[in-house]
Formats: sequence, C-alpha cells, structure tokens
Amino acid sequence: MSEHTEHQVDSALTYVLVFLGLIALTVITTAVAFVDLGPFSVVAALAIATCKMLLVALFFMHVRHSTRLTRLVMAGGLLWLAILIFLTLGDFMTRGVVGIPGR
Amino acid sequence: MITAAEQTRVDYLNESYGIKSWLLTKDHKRIGLLYLATITLFFFLGGAFATLIRVELLTPQGGLVSSETYNKLFTMHGVAMIFFFLIPSIPATLGNFFLPMMIGARDLAFPRINLLSWYLLVIGGLFALFAMLAGGVDTGWTFYTPYSTTYSNSWVIATAVGIFIAGFSSILTGLNFIVTVHRMRAPGMTWFRLPLFVWSNYATALIQVLGTPVLAVTIVLVFCERFFHIGIFDPALGGDPVLFQHLFWFYSHPAVYIMVLPAMGVISELVSVFSRKQVFGYHFVAFSSMAIAVLGFLVWGHHLFVSTQSVYAGMVFSFLSYFVAIPSAIKVFNWTATLYKGSISYATPMLYAFGFVGLFTIGGLTGLFVASLGIDVHVTDTYFVVAHFHYIMVGGTIMAYLGGLHYWWPKMTGRMYPELWARLSALVIFLGFNLTFFPQFILGYLGMPRRYHNYPPEFQVLHVLSTAGASVLAVGYLMPMIYFIWSLRYGKLAPANPWGASGLEWKTPSPPPLHNFDETPVVTQEAYDYSGVIGEEIEVG
Amino acid sequence: MASHSESLALREQFDTEAQQKEASTLGMWIFLITEVMFFGGMFLAYTVYRSWYPHVFAVASSSLNVYIGAANTVVLLCSSFTMVMAVRAAQLGKRNAIIWFLILTLVLGGVFLGVKAYEWNEKFVEHHVPGAGFHFEGVPQQGPAQIFFSLYFAMTGLHAMHMVVGVGLLIFLIVETRKGKYSASYMTPVDLIGLYWHFVDIIWIFLFPLLYLIDRHLKT
Repeated sequence: MSEHTEHQVDSALTYVLVFLGLIALTVITTAVAFVDLGPFSVVAALAIATCKMLLVALFFMHVRHSTRLTRLVMAGGLLWLAILIFLTLGDFMTRGVVGIPGR
Repeated sequence: MITAAEQTRVDYLNESYGIKSWLLTKDHKRIGLLYLATITLFFFLGGAFATLIRVELLTPQGGLVSSETYNKLFTMHGVAMIFFFLIPSIPATLGNFFLPMMIGARDLAFPRINLLSWYLLVIGGLFALFAMLAGGVDTGWTFYTPYSTTYSNSWVIATAVGIFIAGFSSILTGLNFIVTVHRMRAPGMTWFRLPLFVWSNYATALIQVLGTPVLAVTIVLVFCERFFHIGIFDPALGGDPVLFQHLFWFYSHPAVYIMVLPAMGVISELVSVFSRKQVFGYHFVAFSSMAIAVLGFLVWGHHLFVSTQSVYAGMVFSFLSYFVAIPSAIKVFNWTATLYKGSISYATPMLYAFGFVGLFTIGGLTGLFVASLGIDVHVTDTYFVVAHFHYIMVGGTIMAYLGGLHYWWPKMTGRMYPELWARLSALVIFLGFNLTFFPQFILGYLGMPRRYHNYPPEFQVLHVLSTAGASVLAVGYLMPMIYFIWSLRYGKLAPANPWGASGLEWKTPSPPPLHNFDETPVVTQEAYDYSGVIGEEIEVG
Repeated sequence: MASHSESLALREQFDTEAQQKEASTLGMWIFLITEVMFFGGMFLAYTVYRSWYPHVFAVASSSLNVYIGAANTVVLLCSSFTMVMAVRAAQLGKRNAIIWFLILTLVLGGVFLGVKAYEWNEKFVEHHVPGAGFHFEGVPQQGPAQIFFSLYFAMTGLHAMHMVVGVGLLIFLIVETRKGKYSASYMTPVDLIGLYWHFVDIIWIFLFPLLYLIDRHLKT
C-alpha cells in the first residue's frame, strides 16, 4: 500500500549542491529584478521562486522519496491555491469589459 | 435478552468516572458525546434568536425590538447556528463516534488532537457567547465590509475571534479524519468496502482542510482593517469590499457542503438499513461525494452576482453552480433506487430519511433557481434565498442529524428511545418545518427582503403562518430532547444490533467497549451486504 | 489485542510504528497545505492590489532595502540547509550532530528575526507603518501605498509569527535530543518539524521577490 521511505538517506553532498543552487537562484532573481523585462519581470521572479520551492520540497522535504499520497497532498494544496487566485482574478480581470457601469 | 453479565459489562461509559475522565479523555466516543452536548446548547441558543426573530415578524411594524437589535438577532442566529452547530454537528458527533468503528479502528489517528478540537470549539464558542451577551454583533453572519470593518459599533472582533478559533477546531477534525481513513482501516477494509458515511465524512474533511484556512485569514484581515484602518477592504482608501466577499465566500460556499455532505452520508446508511438493501450505485454515490467536495470550491461567485463582480465571472460561476447540482441529484436518484423492491421499515430514522430526501430535493432545486443569473437578480437578498438554504440546512441536514441520532442512539447509549414518541416528533418536525419555510418562498418571490423587520402589511399573513410553523417546529425539537434524556434511565436496554444492520459498528456490544473491538476485525464482505440476513426481524419500539 | 510493548513511542491507536510514522507524516503534510491556503488569502489580496496599483507598488517596494532582504533570504536558506542536515543526522542516529545542526538552525532563525525587527523599525521611523501616522512621500496616492505596506507587514508579520513558533519547536527538539529520545528508528518529530521549517522557508522564498523586487529597474 505504501512505500517505506525512511531508509533512504541522502548524502550530505546532495544537500550541499541543492543549497548552492538555492543561493545561486537567489542571486539571479535579485540581479534580474534590476533588468527591464517589462511584464516578464513578474514571470521571471515567480518562475525562479517556483524552482527554489521545488528544490526545497523535492530535496529538503524529501518529496522525491515520498509516497504518492504525499505528492498528491502537495499538488492538491498548490492546485487549490491556484483555484483561489485564478478564479478570483477571473472576476477582477474581466471587470469593465462589457461597458456597463458596475459590471 | 440482556443477561446479567451484559448488564455489568465494562463499556466506554462506565470504565472510568469523574469529570477529569471526561475532560481529559482521548476516547473518540466520549469526545463525540462532549461535542453532542456543546452543539445542542448552541442549537438552543440559535433557536432562541430564531424565536425572537419570528415573534418580531408577526406584525408589519415590528415593535418588539429596535432595528439595531433586530440586526443583532439575525446575525447571532446565523453565527450560532452555522459555526457552532451545523458545521461541527454530524462530523464531530456521529463522525467522531462512528468513523473509527466503521473502519475497524480503535480510535482516530490523533486522539489528543481530537480532544483539542473540542476545546477549541468551546473556547471559540465562549468568545462568541461573550460578544452576544456584551451587546451583540449586527453585521449579519456574512460580515460584509466596509460595514463590519469601519462603521459597525458592535462586538465584531470578539465574534470574529470566536469564529477564528472554532475554525481551527474544524480544520483539526478534518485533518484527523483524512489521516484516519487513509491509514487506520482494518485489514480487508478497502476503499470501496467503506460505508458511504465514511466516504461522506472523508469528502467533508477535505473541504474543512482546504477551505477553512481562507476564512481564518479573512478574519485576520478584517481584524487588521478594523483596528488599523489599513484600507484593504475600504473603497475610500483604495481597497475593494468585493475582495472581502470573494475571500469570505471561498470558504462559506464549501462550508454549506461541510454541512450537507455528512448528512447525505447518514441518509445513505439509513436508506440501506431500512430497505434491507445494498445502496444502489454505491460507486456513484461515493464518487458523487468527492465531486461535490471538489466542485463546491468552484462556485462561490454565485453569492456575488449583484455585487459588481464582472458579468463574465457571473456567467462562469452560474454555469458551475448548475454543474455542482448534478452529483447531489445522482445521490437522490440512487437513494430512491435503493428503496425500489426493498423491504421498507418505517422506523423513526427512516421517517427522517424520507423527510430529508423530499426537503433536500426542494432545497436543491430552488438552489438552481438562484443559480440562474436572471432569477437571482430578482430574488437575491429576499426570503426566497432564506427559504432555499433553510430547506437544505434544516429540512436536510438537521433531519439527517436527527435520523442519525435516533439510528445510532442504541449503540451510543445502550438504550432504545421510545419509538411512538419519536415517530410523532418526526411528524411534528416535518409539518412545523414546512409551515415555517414554505411561505417564505412565496414571501421572497413577492419581494419581501431578508434582514428587514418592517414590511408592507400585505405580507403579514405569510409571516404569521411562518411564525406559527416555527412554534410547531420548536415543540418538535423539544420532544427528542426530552425523550432522549428520559431514555438514558428508562429506555429499553439495547442489543448489539437492534436494526439488523450491516457495518462493523453493529458487531460490537451496545454501548461499545473502550477500544471498540476486542480483536481487530478482518473484513471480507462488501458494504451493505444484506444477502445473508433476509428475514431477520428488525427491533422497533 | 495487538502487542504494544515493542516500543514506548508506539501509541495505542496504532498497530505498528511504521503505521504511526506514516500517519504522523501525512498529518503534517495536510497541516502544511492548510497553511498554504491560509497564506494564500493574503497572496490573493496582494495579487489583486498589485494589478490595480502597479506603479505605487513598485515605488513602495523600492523603499525596502533589497540587499538586506536578499541577505536575509540567504540566512533562511542556510537554516533550511542546517535543518535538513539535522534530519539526516537523526536518520543516522548521530545525537551530537543532530544537536549542533539544530542549534545552528535556531541561531540562523534568530538572525533572520533580528534582521526583520531591524527592517520593521526602519519602516516605523520612516512613517511607513499603516495606521494613523502613515505617510509615504514617494507617491500622491496614500491609500494604495498604505495597502502595500499593510500587506508587507501582514505577510512578513504572519511569516515571522510562524518563525517564532518554529524557534520554539527547535528548542523543544534540542531538549528532547539531549535526553536521548531520538534514534535512527524513531526520529519522527525531527522529521516533521523539519518539514514545517522548510515550509516556512518556502513562504519567504515567495515573499522576497513579491515584496522586495517589484520593478527594481525603475529606480535609479
């Protein structure tokens, strides 16, 4: 029913490499903020943050060794956050389109 | 026959005595009873507010209370009933008691967190009670901004804190149920052998866990706005009050499914036992529970149709609201099909089940009325909506709750309730309910706004009918209070399985021992397997 | 009745330690997604108001010190590294290593909170704290600027509260580890508190660019 995951011990080197990757991404996102990318600044910032999140989750939180259920729970949480934000934006971004005041 | 040995048997009720053994219990069954007592108190509190509302509405000019007080009455009626009665009701009482037993477990995954959940409900309730006694809150249970954040002079924060704390009670219960169902099932208890009551509570738990935190953060923002005037919901400072509505309803719409899904789970159990038949379309009913939980998160904008939400968003939410009715309808069809060629018994729980199916259908269909953008513009904020949700919450959930209480009372207490009085009160409740709320559909359609205590004289007849119905309903609710308590001392001793029902909880004595099962059961049968028990007599009365 | 005498750590509702560990881990993950939804409401408010007031948000964001913010981000990432090393030490049953890594994590968390307190104090001195004394010179529209700073304080404040809870949990872990409570066969609390700590780090991973890095190229 479930895979036993607690016997998998990652090497210290793995963690060091992930850590260095996280630092590098932090430097990159800070530097990129000073470059004019127009509307893509937000995209870049969020993309880099998402990469950092995945590194922390997969390696530091051991999701890459975890059960399918754990991954489903994590994915479900992110999906629900997306529903909250995007369905609400569906209202805010389509206001005024019809040309009737208050709609 | 109850033998002398059985009468002196140790069960979860008598294995320890004293107030500490209850207030520090880790036993899910005792915690279920603690919840039962707490929510019953809040039910009568909410009912008291309802009584005052209905008395006030007897005359067109009101006169019993001022407008400000009336605002407080309907607010506190809603707060007490929704957050402190309906949301916890079935999961925290019947779910706590029976979910572990139904899956063959000794307890929930986290018994101490279960106890903490109860304490959180009590503490939250005390905050809300304080607010009510100190002067009340008048914003409506929906706390719309900027009134609640800027202009109201009532006890908004105290009430909001109470709801915030009670929200964590709900979250922890949901977390506990999800982990329990995933990890504590007995050998052989596969997902598709689970009773549908477990499926319903599992789906409910998903909603509790995903939705309630958004209510919590919304309350935090209301708190900040009210104390620091940060402007987040205040148009004068650049904020948008509709953002509050999005955040509030993102939880509060799924909340209505928290209230009704467990009720549907109860009905699945009752309809099966009292027709002596497998639930028709078990898989469809199980998947429908999950579908309701998921789809229920996609429809909240139907509460914002007239709020300056964009037309396109309105159309999307309207379409999705029609869609979410489908799994509920599937359940109603399946329950009805279960009855077909069944061996029907009219014991009290079944009467409540019949009542649920009819009244929930009316409530659900009128939900489709209000899900239509055009009709909603006409009936929103009128008594039509009030009637719609009371048909579901009272005609639906409370009926199912009472049906479940009667069905499982013998198991919980070891006593039978008096069947004749129980059937009579079910009838009184059914009649009282319809007399109270059916006129409200008409009132609403004719234009009577909700939350008003002054109204044009031509509406008075309908209001008087509604109040008359409420008096009958009140009598109907008092009757079980009385005979349930009576039965604890004078009721007939109950056997292990008075209904001849399938399900692991009926394989234990009534009341069950502390650890539920002497040996962990091994499950080999499908759910609702009545093939082997045709002809067994059902004990009634 | 199943035998519960194998280990003192096994609670009576569970049949095996493996079942207990799986249940506890699942419970912590579900708790973390409730936190995702909790913070999510504030991220929604941020998204809406940033889309309404992009210029005001950019100017307000530029009043935050990006170097301090970035440095603090690095501090928190270091603490995540030391935390996962503590978990690894627990998996290997190395008691002293656990304690040292937990102490390092604790210190780094404390540094983060200290820097945060310094930043907030700066904002207080500059009258950028929402409320009666609020005044932001960079833009004429005070309302939207106040909304930015409200979200700044609310989100970093909520995050800081979670850090404080995390610090408390770390102290608990250090005390328990010193008592010898954890071994390679039972280190669930270390594991679970590690998950919590990493989650709080992930929140900051998003807060930093969203609050500190809005259109930095605009400011000379």
